[in-house]
Amino acid sequence: MKSYDTAACEILKKAEIAPGFFDLTVSCAEAARKARAGQFAQFLVPGKTLRRPISICGIDRANGTLRFVFQVRGEGTRALSLLNPGEPVNLLAPLGNGFDLGDTSRRALFVGGGIGVPPLLEAAKPFGKNAVLAAGFRSRDAVILKDDFESTGCETRIATDDGSFGRRGLVLDLIGDLAFDVVFACGPKPMLRAIAKLAAERGVPCYVSMEERMACGIGACLGCAVKLRGENGDYFGHVCKDGPVFDAETVVWEE
Amino acid sequence: MADLQVNIAGVTFGNPLIAASGTFGFGREFAQFYPLSTLGGVACKGLTLRERAGNPPPRIAETPGGMLNSVGLQNPGVEHFIREDLPWLREQGTAVIANIAGNTPEEYCKMAERLSEAEVDMVELNISCPNVKQGGAAFGTSCESAAAVTAAVRRYCKKPLMVKLSPNVTDIGEIAAAVEGAGADALSMINTLTGMRIDLRTRRPILKNNTGGLSGPALLPVALRMVWQASSRVKIPVVGLGGISTWRDVVEMLLAGASAVQIGTVLFSDPYAPVKILEGLEAYLNENEIPAVSELTGKVKPW
Repeated sequence: MKSYDTAACEILKKAEIAPGFFDLTVSCAEAARKARAGQFAQFLVPGKTLRRPISICGIDRANGTLRFVFQVRGEGTRALSLLNPGEPVNLLAPLGNGFDLGDTSRRALFVGGGIGVPPLLEAAKPFGKNAVLAAGFRSRDAVILKDDFESTGCETRIATDDGSFGRRGLVLDLIGDLAFDVVFACGPKPMLRAIAKLAAERGVPCYVSMEERMACGIGACLGCAVKLRGENGDYFGHVCKDGPVFDAETVVWEE
Repeated sequence: MADLQVNIAGVTFGNPLIAASGTFGFGREFAQFYPLSTLGGVACKGLTLRERAGNPPPRIAETPGGMLNSVGLQNPGVEHFIREDLPWLREQGTAVIANIAGNTPEEYCKMAERLSEAEVDMVELNISCPNVKQGGAAFGTSCESAAAVTAAVRRYCKKPLMVKLSPNVTDIGEIAAAVEGAGADALSMINTLTGMRIDLRTRRPILKNNTGGLSGPALLPVALRMVWQASSRVKIPVVGLGGISTWRDVVEMLLAGASAVQIGTVLFSDPYAPVKILEGLEAYLNENEIPAVSELTGKVKPW
């Protein structure tokens, strides 16, 4: 009957891996068993009307845990950042479609911007040395998960807005010379639009993980709309149920 | 064991909890959590005559004790509902309420006529959607237009007709009486209160529609007051909604004058809310030796 897990889960580990960026490991065996890269969880925040959608950064089926890396953006995420190991947390997970990784012997380019980087980590793992991460951050102190990607065999290329780490500029500046067969991307919409355009020009499939203000998380309320191309014209799909991962060619990028 | 059954305009509901329109889709998503027969009824997502795309995003903004939405009646149209969703929903062991919204009285009438031939238990007339430019709340905010569209639909609607009222009015009692006079079999109230939030950084409203409908716990006292005022003015049953999150809220709403309740926004933080509310309600009735939930209706003792 039940396909999502809302059982009481427990925080096992917490670390602030960069100022305002938190790394949680949560014990939730059933969700971990079902989860795939690119899916997300809805975190209950006591006293708040809406849950907070946070993407899955890591899946450890053997230990029955999920890893989440999130940024404090407002009151809800601040409350989540105050949770400590040993405390319970209520998750609705796993939600959404996740990445369809396909043939992992392909050369895969992962493109992430800021807090868009975490959901790419689990997706990059099976590609090992066939993966390259091009990631952009605000500055040196906001660079996250670089070592995690490298430990999977992935090459990392970093850009920062202020040039304090890696190359100064945009993620797209990092990949001009690179050959790749498939792109997986998550980050700000202008970045996704740019990488989608580049992938289309090169004739390479591109999958983007999108974000939108969300309520139910399961496809009932139709809140988290995203404009998509359909056979009978443009229509509004929904990030929580039709996504969060979309084939970039189906997304209407123009405002 | 207390009797949870209620009767609204000739339709029997196994218990007084009904999923509120717009928060529950056509039920499929929530059927993954529990059998829909847990609920007395399901008020389906608002239907229009033809498919409707809805408003551009962002459509959601959180507020203190609630949320705004400006979904704008995104739905596949009444024919699609009858063909693709109703046959499945009909089999789930819960009363089915079709919620309809039109741009013109004629559209409401066409939908009511079509649904009169379909396997729905009740029609809920949505004259209170704040998120569409034409129709919607435009009908629900004056006595004359609310009565006129109710009377028009009444002629075509062979099913029990419930009219969903807007709180964005000066005198809810007047509207309730006008709609009853025009032939409504029941009232459901309240729809969302029109609200707004602004992003300080961009100075833009958070919602692309600028304004949206406020729902959630913040609404409860307003809804209680309006249900109390309206139910004292009419003889037809009132279904109360607006911010209900707990079994206590349900009992308050029944005492205020409601014969049943709808629950909506609480489902977003807790999809299992109906199960928990029902358990609490049943325990309350048993502990207080109240033989039937229907005995609570209107039993508030005003000063």
